[in-house]
Amino acid sequence: MTGTDASLPAGVVRREFDGRDRLATRGEPVYGEPTDGEWRAWDAGRSKLGGMLELGMETGLSGGETVLYLGAANGTTVSHVADFAGATYAVEFSPRPVRDLLDACEPRPNLFPLLKDARRPETYAHVVEADCDVLVQDVATRGQADVAVRNRRFLADDGRLLLAVKTRSEDVAAAPEAVFEETVADLEPTYEVLETRRLGRFHEDHLGVVATPR
Amino acid sequence: MTTDDAADADATAHSSAWFAAGDTESTGDRIRSGSADAPADWPTLAVESGFAVDEAEYYGKLREATVEAARAAVDERERADDRQLLHAVRAMDDAERVANELAERVAEWAGTLFPDAGTGVEGCRDIAERDPDGPAEERVVSLASRVADLDRESDDLEAFIESRAPVAAPNLAALAGPVLAARLISLAGGLEALAKKPSGTLQVLGAEDALFAHLRGHGSSPKHGVIYTHEYVRGTRPEDRGSASRALAGKLTIAARIDHYSGDYRPELEAELDERMRTIRARAGDTAAGGDGGGSE
Ligand SMILES: C[S@@+](CC[C@H](N)C(=O)[O-])C[C@H]1O[C@@H](n2cnc3c(N)ncnc32)[C@H](O)[C@@H]1O
Repeated sequence: MTGTDASLPAGVVRREFDGRDRLATRGEPVYGEPTDGEWRAWDAGRSKLGGMLELGMETGLSGGETVLYLGAANGTTVSHVADFAGATYAVEFSPRPVRDLLDACEPRPNLFPLLKDARRPETYAHVVEADCDVLVQDVATRGQADVAVRNRRFLADDGRLLLAVKTRSEDVAAAPEAVFEETVADLEPTYEVLETRRLGRFHEDHLGVVATPR
Repeated sequence: MTTDDAADADATAHSSAWFAAGDTESTGDRIRSGSADAPADWPTLAVESGFAVDEAEYYGKLREATVEAARAAVDERERADDRQLLHAVRAMDDAERVANELAERVAEWAGTLFPDAGTGVEGCRDIAERDPDGPAEERVVSLASRVADLDRESDDLEAFIESRAPVAAPNLAALAGPVLAARLISLAGGLEALAKKPSGTLQVLGAEDALFAHLRGHGSSPKHGVIYTHEYVRGTRPEDRGSASRALAGKLTIAARIDHYSGDYRPELEAELDERMRTIRARAGDTAAGGDGGGSE
């Protein structure tokens, strides 16, 4: 059974896998996720964006958009994004996961891998197009707000930033709330924050943020 | 902006585009090494400039170029990986050792020719600058300049290690520092071998002589090997060095495993180590302040 859900982008559905209702996209499997015909389960426990969608956050995604994805790692999440989005630029700075990312790119002609450092947007601004509809960021590294601010230049004025903030990346000792507040405050001059939500059930110590450029 | 300005801006943007005609570079190379201050509407510019007939063709070419670039970059970095570090750190140590040995020889010899000759590598650098008078001085000055060169080589090797270790082993390099990271990889015989060692072994890597002596029944079991050079061991008071070495070795082992098996950088490891060390070092403060509650480690 496949259910459509108004808060989900076209190309993302709820579907039953092994008796459990889960998110799914249509595409070649990437990380050993269960499949059912053309559909493959999108594991929200392994994907911050999956968690944000599961929790019903207003991502503004409708399907077919141009996406810049920062922190693509081995392609777990960005492969699902490429299944429902248009041109999808995947930035990752660590060579090892990029090997697997290349495998995920193989059957996805709209997924463009870039071995680049997200803190240095000028090193990929000659490749990534202007006015992207969506900036997804999951870098789990110190200075997450700063990365989002620096990459504002790629986003259309009415675009969306979908950000996963990991508290432990900023300061292991500080209370998560304090880190969330500080990160949101650092975003504020550049972005209008539309929604924040703890990803608790799916990802401990993570905050999901939806924002739009000011 | 007038239309002309806009056209100029387009032309400037266009010259930095990844698809702008380069003389010798492939588009893959331009993806890797190019840059631009700001993005532009590349698909449209590419079609206007005739690079692609339409957007679909543009994206096809983009895909091909980005995949080629990523694959080449990954291959290159992996080739440049742990083996290169292993050789570089051994070469650095050799260069330094030989420089010091030769410097002693130079000092001895130079002392017979130049009354004010200094010693060590520093002394050699000074002698290397002099104008030799006669064949004997010529030899000594020449030898001294080899020492100065070797010393410079060792510095260059260290700089190379500093730039490569964070790529080959990002977590290990962050926690241990690039040079110690390279030493551990070298002592283990590679990153994979290091990742497979238990933390107790990593802790005494480089202290094999002391360890074997201990196993033969001479001397106490070594608490640390080359990790002694880490500030967290050396800078911890002697009573706590055992705990400090154990804690450091534990985190370095995890770092080596993450570097080998996944390769992504986890800044939280460093923060956890800092936290653990704060706890260990706080004991010194406790004993100094109250004198109670200590002594049972
Ligand atoms: C939590 S993982 C991302 C997981 C991925 N988003 C997914 O759900 O499939 C974080 C990734 O960000 C990468 N990263 C960290 N700092 C980065 C930077 N400055 N530039 C690019 N990637 C970075 C790390 O190497 C790591 O692979």
